[in-house]
Amino acid sequence: MENKQTPLGYISFSVFAWIVGLLIFFPIFWMVLTSFKTELEAVSIPPSFISFDWTLENYAEVQERSNYFKFAMNSVILAVGSTLVGLVFAVTCAWAMAFNPTKRTKDALLWMLSTKMMPPVGVLVPIYLVFRDWGLLDTRFGLIMVLFLMNLPIMVWMLYTYFKEIPTDILEAARMDGATLPKEIIFVLLPMAVPGIASTMLLNVILAWNEAFWTLNLTTSDAAPLTAFIASYSSPEGLFWAKLSAASTLAVAPILVIGWFSQKQLVRGLTFGAVK
Amino acid sequence: MGAIRLEKVKKSFGTLDVIPGVDLDINDGEFVVFVGPSGCGKSTLLRLIAGLEDVTDGKILIDGTDVANEAPAKRGLSMVFQSYALYPHMTVYNNIAFGLKMAGESKDVIDQKVQSAAKILNLTDYLDRRPGALSGGQRQRVAIGRAIVRNPAAFLFDEPLSNLDAALRVNMRLEITGLHQELKTTMIYVTHDQVEAMTMADKIVVLQAGRVEQVGKPMELYNSPANKFVAGFIGSPKMNFLGGELAAKHNCHEIGIRPEHLTVSTDRGDIAATVKIAEHLGAETYLHVEADGLGPMTVRATGEMPLGEHDKIFLTPEQDRIHRFDAHGLALGPS
Repeated sequence: MENKQTPLGYISFSVFAWIVGLLIFFPIFWMVLTSFKTELEAVSIPPSFISFDWTLENYAEVQERSNYFKFAMNSVILAVGSTLVGLVFAVTCAWAMAFNPTKRTKDALLWMLSTKMMPPVGVLVPIYLVFRDWGLLDTRFGLIMVLFLMNLPIMVWMLYTYFKEIPTDILEAARMDGATLPKEIIFVLLPMAVPGIASTMLLNVILAWNEAFWTLNLTTSDAAPLTAFIASYSSPEGLFWAKLSAASTLAVAPILVIGWFSQKQLVRGLTFGAVK
Repeated sequence: MGAIRLEKVKKSFGTLDVIPGVDLDINDGEFVVFVGPSGCGKSTLLRLIAGLEDVTDGKILIDGTDVANEAPAKRGLSMVFQSYALYPHMTVYNNIAFGLKMAGESKDVIDQKVQSAAKILNLTDYLDRRPGALSGGQRQRVAIGRAIVRNPAAFLFDEPLSNLDAALRVNMRLEITGLHQELKTTMIYVTHDQVEAMTMADKIVVLQAGRVEQVGKPMELYNSPANKFVAGFIGSPKMNFLGGELAAKHNCHEIGIRPEHLTVSTDRGDIAATVKIAEHLGAETYLHVEADGLGPMTVRATGEMPLGEHDKIFLTPEQDRIHRFDAHGLALGPS
């Protein structure tokens, strides 16, 4: 059946899509705008749109009061660290599942995914106690472990769907050529799966960067990433909207930029295997 | 050296015996073809020899050493896959060199071996290309190049020509045969195409349901098939099988007569028949006929035959070319 779209239908769909898009974007836009206002203007009613005194003092003060770069560095270390550790486990796991499946492989995959359905707060107490007893509280190592374990199911799933597309023959050819298992994975499998690995890594960096529950609950200062940086502006000294906005803008800016430049890879990564 | 001996090689997937137990001797330098219908276990048998599948039971001896539990690379064999299985992210040079690199050869040795293989296979101009930029025939040559640089005890080919078009297939068939004559290395070649088997093999192994039905030289299989299955599988068009009175006359359950061993006449002969379809190929004519009281038969006549639908003809089998079979389908030998 031919799907003919009338001009009117096309226009109304476009208008609708734009409205939804703008609605989703508005809070971020407002946050950026507020970060350039004074505290007084930030809470004034009616809110001022463009015609206010643009100021950078929030940014200056935020940087003065707390060391942005320390938090940002922690965010980078946690996001990249948990992704790299996760990759080592996810690649081997996905290799086994994609190329040496058993009758229970599908069940194992579904079980792994089901762990993502559990609310994290349900295991907060045991994990907190383990962290406390093992001296992992407020350490980057401890958080990397938690973040990597949290995202492992998604990494395995994504890599599994990518690996499934790679013909087994090629890996067998490498085996005949004398490649040991690590060499087979490093020299043959991984180079062929580069796009898949790139989008898996990207998504995980973003997920780890944005993760707030564990980073807030298990850190205080040493290992605290940008999520803690934002949170520190929200409560104790009352609400300072403009400074909070400045802090938030600083926190989301890096990942927003990365996400913007890699949206193609990301969309492909998320829908891969869904549409044949 | 590359003498391969299979002793009671068995492969089961769960409770299913894919290969119930195969014994086979392959001499050094021999070109052996495994042939059979799809699902007969020929590829599985090759993969067992390669080491890509684990044997359930039995021994695989290469030059006297049991390698049944060795890793594929330790067996000193090279394999050419049906899908070529080239490494898409490497150049032709690196594809061919990969095995040598894995073996830890020096750069000079690798370069010299890759260049000489490329020369044999006419790939010198393509060494910098990726497999994606090559034609099907060139890809197949790269796959062969990758196999020969390792100087293996034996080459294993898994239906290497099935992805090529008909004309190219004939060319590559000749190239592989030429390569065998040049290298004199043992080759095991799996195919479902009996023409490839007949034209290339020193020795054909006919397989059905994981069992070896017959082993022999191509013409041995053609002239004296051990049973009905081999008789029907080797030769094209397929052998005609006739039962009833005609078989009784030859003291057997069924007789088999190849389409090319029937003489066609328009006025007299042993079997009266009506032409259903005539296929004129120029050099020969295939007649698909309905024989009175015997059912459908195929006739292969040399040259052009001015026959068409509904024409009445008579067929006479060449008496010394009649194959006799018992009730179990086993060949009985000449009467």
